Amino acid sequence: MLSVQLRHAFPGFSLDLSFEAPAGVTILFGRSGSGKTSVVNAVAGILTPDAGRIAVGDAVLLDTARGIRVRPHRRRIGYVFQDARLFPHLTVRQNLRYGAWFAPKDAPRGDFAGVVDLLGIGHLLDRRPSALSGGETSRVAIGRALLSAPRLILADEPLASLDAARKAEILPYLERLRDAATVPILYVTHSVSEAARLATTVVALKNGRLADLGSPQRVLGDPSVLPGGPREVGALLFARVATHHSDGLTELDAAGVPLFLPRVDQPPGTILRLRIPAHDVILCRTRPEGISTLNIVPGRIVEIRPGEGPGALVTMETQAGRLLSRITRRSAAALGLKVGMSVHAAVKSVAIAPADIGPGAGTD
Amino acid sequence: MALSLKVSFWATAASLPFGLFTAYALARWSFPGKQFLNGLVHLPLVLPPVVTGYLLLLTFGRSGWLGAWLAEIGIVFAFRWTGAALAAAIMAFPLMVRAIRLSIEAVDRRLEQAGATLGASPPWVFVTLTLPMILPGILAGTILAFAKAMGEFGATITFVSNIPGQTRTIPTAIYAFLQVPGGEGSALKLVLVSVVVAMGAVLLSEVLARRVAARIGGA
Repeated sequence: MLSVQLRHAFPGFSLDLSFEAPAGVTILFGRSGSGKTSVVNAVAGILTPDAGRIAVGDAVLLDTARGIRVRPHRRRIGYVFQDARLFPHLTVRQNLRYGAWFAPKDAPRGDFAGVVDLLGIGHLLDRRPSALSGGETSRVAIGRALLSAPRLILADEPLASLDAARKAEILPYLERLRDAATVPILYVTHSVSEAARLATTVVALKNGRLADLGSPQRVLGDPSVLPGGPREVGALLFARVATHHSDGLTELDAAGVPLFLPRVDQPPGTILRLRIPAHDVILCRTRPEGISTLNIVPGRIVEIRPGEGPGALVTMETQAGRLLSRITRRSAAALGLKVGMSVHAAVKSVAIAPADIGPGAGTD
Repeated sequence: MALSLKVSFWATAASLPFGLFTAYALARWSFPGKQFLNGLVHLPLVLPPVVTGYLLLLTFGRSGWLGAWLAEIGIVFAFRWTGAALAAAIMAFPLMVRAIRLSIEAVDRRLEQAGATLGASPPWVFVTLTLPMILPGILAGTILAFAKAMGEFGATITFVSNIPGQTRTIPTAIYAFLQVPGGEGSALKLVLVSVVVAMGAVLLSEVLARRVAARIGGA
């Protein structure tokens, strides 16, 4: 478990927050300039805050009150930098082994073959970093951090410099890592999709302060803490792959509710997380007839939250989980929507982006 | 000829650790007197070589304050080949420091930070990351310094004179041959030798630098 308390004044910006991150992947989430990278740098020891305390499990890395400040190379943090920072004069193999060389002798040895296999970089071992593609570079950087026998892995927007196709290539590796890792991971991003697919816990930052902390289902549904505001609000559902149909659709089972998606490349039985953007969910008072939408989910309204503009965010409880719908206030009035009312949510199959779907069970 | 190579080799080899240290200090550290040190290092480049030679004589001569003390423990520079090497080293030092300093300043500090997060202490970061990355600069500085040492004349002749077999390096020998009638032939041979050596040094540095650059992937 990671516990962080920080106070630091930058010119024109101040950081003042504290949070505790449980095991698994903790997403540090916020728009650029919210202090995400500063938090990560403070944990790594690259930034020394004015005051604070940082501990991973029993190991206190920083405690300004007691004058403890462990130097960066003794912190045993596996840091995956946004710009990878592979060593150009070493081969991929040497880059991967670099950290293990300095790790304490009694530290658990990273499983070299296992990590290489997990990240699919076996064929790259004898190359130099300059001969790698962007996606390969990211994977090697992740492997290098994993193999340094770290207490904690920090990842500072490791995918931010990659295009959508490369991101789609790496995210599955990160999901495998989340499910295999024994050390906690602190992962910085401003992408809702990455947060939705990877998070065990989401820590939302705003102007150097803690805005929210909690499960991705809850935090990613709160427009006030999302970097992109109401446009990025969505629900996170968990569903099991039921069958693949011959017309190219995959049928999911979300706690008994069937959902149809364009083919998802996962074997039946796999648990998926899928983010359903609130602006893609249509609300109907009665079960809609003669409509092209395949997914109709009945539910009951539990909250109607008017936005600052013409919109409103409607939360409904369904058998599949909480769904969010962003509609106009005018529609809400026209339909006479009220808390407690039964409604049907319609979700187009093709509205759910492949980037928002990935394997992974929920935590609560 | 052999003497010239010996002088230049020792001048370069002995000044390399100091050059590396000075370059690192100038590139990375901030300390009082930094600009003074910088000026001191560059002084031989801008002073007339004769002045440098004379200052060396004043300092390291048998009656010089440092020379007298060193003579007591058996180290004599004045009018010895070691003195020629010292003069050559001092004259070549600024070139070496400049080349190495530039390469240190070009190193991406973020890579060193990455090394630290992977558990490497500062000395290990230097040995495993900084040093390999500045190797081309060290190479260039060393070869430049070697070539400069081979050609050093003014400070040498002032400090250690032009004693055959002791301090007669190629440039001073050429000068000596040109002073006597009919010496042009011998002088020309030495001129050719020095052209070949200088050219060889430049080509060698080029090849080595390219090989290193290729190894680290043009970074």
